[in-house]
Amino acid sequence: MCGTCGCGNDAAVTLTSMQSGAQQALRVGHVHSHDHDHDHHHDHDHGHAHAHAHAHDHDHDHTHAAASRTVVLEQEILAKNAALAQWNQGWLAGRGVRALNLVSSPGAGKTALLERTLRDLGGQPPIHVIEGDQATLNDAQRIRAAGARVVQINTGSGCHLEADMVARALQELEPEQGSLVLIENVGNLVCPALFDLGEEAKVAILSVTEGEDKPLKYPHMFQAADYVVLNKIDLLPYLDYDKQAVLDNLAAVNPRARVFEVSATKGDGLEAWYAWLHEIVAVGSGQPQGAPA
Amino acid sequence: MHELGITRSIVAICEEQAEGRRVEVVRLEIGRLSGVMPDAIRFCFDLVAEGTAVEGATLEIEEVRGLGRCRVCKQEVALEAPFGTCQNCDGRDIECVAGQELRIREMEVV
Repeated sequence: MCGTCGCGNDAAVTLTSMQSGAQQALRVGHVHSHDHDHDHHHDHDHGHAHAHAHAHDHDHDHTHAAASRTVVLEQEILAKNAALAQWNQGWLAGRGVRALNLVSSPGAGKTALLERTLRDLGGQPPIHVIEGDQATLNDAQRIRAAGARVVQINTGSGCHLEADMVARALQELEPEQGSLVLIENVGNLVCPALFDLGEEAKVAILSVTEGEDKPLKYPHMFQAADYVVLNKIDLLPYLDYDKQAVLDNLAAVNPRARVFEVSATKGDGLEAWYAWLHEIVAVGSGQPQGAPA
Repeated sequence: MHELGITRSIVAICEEQAEGRRVEVVRLEIGRLSGVMPDAIRFCFDLVAEGTAVEGATLEIEEVRGLGRCRVCKQEVALEAPFGTCQNCDGRDIECVAGQELRIREMEVV
């Protein structure tokens, strides 16, 4: 799977550990796939590529009289990413770790929500962060300052994280049992919907400074996200914003979505968000449900 | 514009499966609710195929209509978007049963 979706062949993808400062190249330039070194993940996706030769005379009259053969593939185009996402899921489950994939438009407040969450929870549960951005270590520096172990993935021209990048980041972070991995995807409501990373759930962050119709405009993402954080609600008194309209639009696209209304900067509504984080960690590590005292 | 990355995957998979043979036709199945635009794939295909075993191949895309099933009353619902409303019970909890395909069905090689 090629992460350079959209813009040029030379998108190097790098991973930087904010603990050691070491940077590694995940993809150099134009790589078409198969650079993931999990040799225990075998893609048996085309064992049946039986080239059954149809005797083939319909209109292939090329100058060279070679007979063409039909090779049946029936292969999912995103199978490699899906298989790696599954591998990540197993890796996480085996360690009793839960992961969430945080998606939003740029500027909705993903990083601010993470910073606040890290400071308020103070290590209970332990949280590790994977930051995805096209460029800079800025977000990872903010997260590190807020007290979490963090790696920054820079996707170059790529507009979303893919499962192989997360696999490498997990190996770097080594999350302990009972911890939570929060993956901040590249700010983009389009492509990240298509690429599972092995997460427990996608969480879409939507801010009240965006249009009420965002769920309708980006239905793929809001369908894929079963949890939605409606952020910046402290600004509602100053905005001409119809909160009920966004909730209705969201319900039209994904009636199962659970909504947390919060202000990451002022702290409103965060208790419910924290209670849910405790809940999923408790389920993941086999502890009894509920927030620890 | 994730279609360029996806087109690269298509070409890479076909090239790998061609095992040195030249690919003449690639047949895809793309659902209307897959989030992938067939025109964008067509636009990228020739460019991406250049210099590979797939260069010059014809791309045939079969589009699959969106179909859902109401989780409440089990009625089938035609879907133009990845969400919809059940005509039978007005329910909005619709499970998508077709239209999300993103698959290489087959190819012809010489």
